[in-house]
Amino acid sequence: MTDWLDQGLIGPISAIIAMAAATYFIRVLGYWIMGREPLTPFVRAALEALPGAIVVATIVPLVVRGGISAWVGMACAAGTMILVRRDVVGLAAGLGGAILVRALGLP
Amino acid sequence: MPTSSTSPSPSAPAGFSLAGMVEGVRLSLPMVPGILMAAGAVGAASAEKGLSLGEATLMSFLVYAGASQLLALQLWPSTWTWPALAALVLVVFAVNLRLVLMGAALQPYLARGMPRGTPYLALVTLTDANFVIGSRYSADGGRDTGVFLGAGLFMWLIWVVATVPGHVLGYMLTDPRRFGLDLVMPLLFTIMAVGLFRLKRDRLVWPVAAGVAVVTAQLVSGYWFIIVGAVAGSVAAGLFRRHD
Repeated sequence: MTDWLDQGLIGPISAIIAMAAATYFIRVLGYWIMGREPLTPFVRAALEALPGAIVVATIVPLVVRGGISAWVGMACAAGTMILVRRDVVGLAAGLGGAILVRALGLP
Repeated sequence: MPTSSTSPSPSAPAGFSLAGMVEGVRLSLPMVPGILMAAGAVGAASAEKGLSLGEATLMSFLVYAGASQLLALQLWPSTWTWPALAALVLVVFAVNLRLVLMGAALQPYLARGMPRGTPYLALVTLTDANFVIGSRYSADGGRDTGVFLGAGLFMWLIWVVATVPGHVLGYMLTDPRRFGLDLVMPLLFTIMAVGLFRLKRDRLVWPVAAGVAVVTAQLVSGYWFIIVGAVAGSVAAGLFRRHD
């Protein structure tokens, strides 16, 4: 019985269910709060900046750790996005840059 | 096809209709290519991390939030422990916190046009995409909540179905590194960053988030640097909000 608890309880499926539960909770949270009292300016500003902060906190350490192909790929993707503003084109440019660097035998 | 030509009549009563749901589907058509690409990337990343096709599809069906799925896959452990699971759920929670703002913004529109309690069901389909559609529609004076739900259900279906070919393709490629597939996630995040950047708001916030994340990554193993860096940046945004 305890074996089942230790081995069977956590794994991909339970992770997916936990992710889904957390996401549903967030989906209804804002609606629920607004039905009672509005968000404070501090919370509003913090929430507005959160997506960008997460993305930056994710990619900058990865860039610091990554190889030349990652640097070139991300620079190509960012540069293309600034110029063209189309996700698909940015991704293609980034992958193209990274594949090229790796074809030259660099990490 | 024009993207948003039919302006809703302001005199229409608040409510929920099938015609509204069809209108929601029509308004989401321009977003279909982007959804296909993101779902394909999620499918391919799932295959790379060793998820079965069933698990990948289940995740897209139950979670239905692209950026958080990609980040979770980035952290996907090979052996499962409670701390690994907690870190994963925490990251998903943090990435999706922006949906709190969206739910708050949609509250007047949904509460007026749907029977009491039913918005809690409709919000299962809340994403950035149908938030934009629903809030734009209601800002134009529209009051049919079917638009929000129709757009959400339609894009949910596409999201789940498009995960499958992405997974199959990712599974077939034996050397994903050669095609740069291991870089798809960092590249997508780079692209998202460019789209998210607002000079006034982020010129101070982003250096804080990046600096704290880099330092944390040196000190703590695992992916906690994402959470620590993001929280630091978010709190900074709250503190700096008057200095714009």
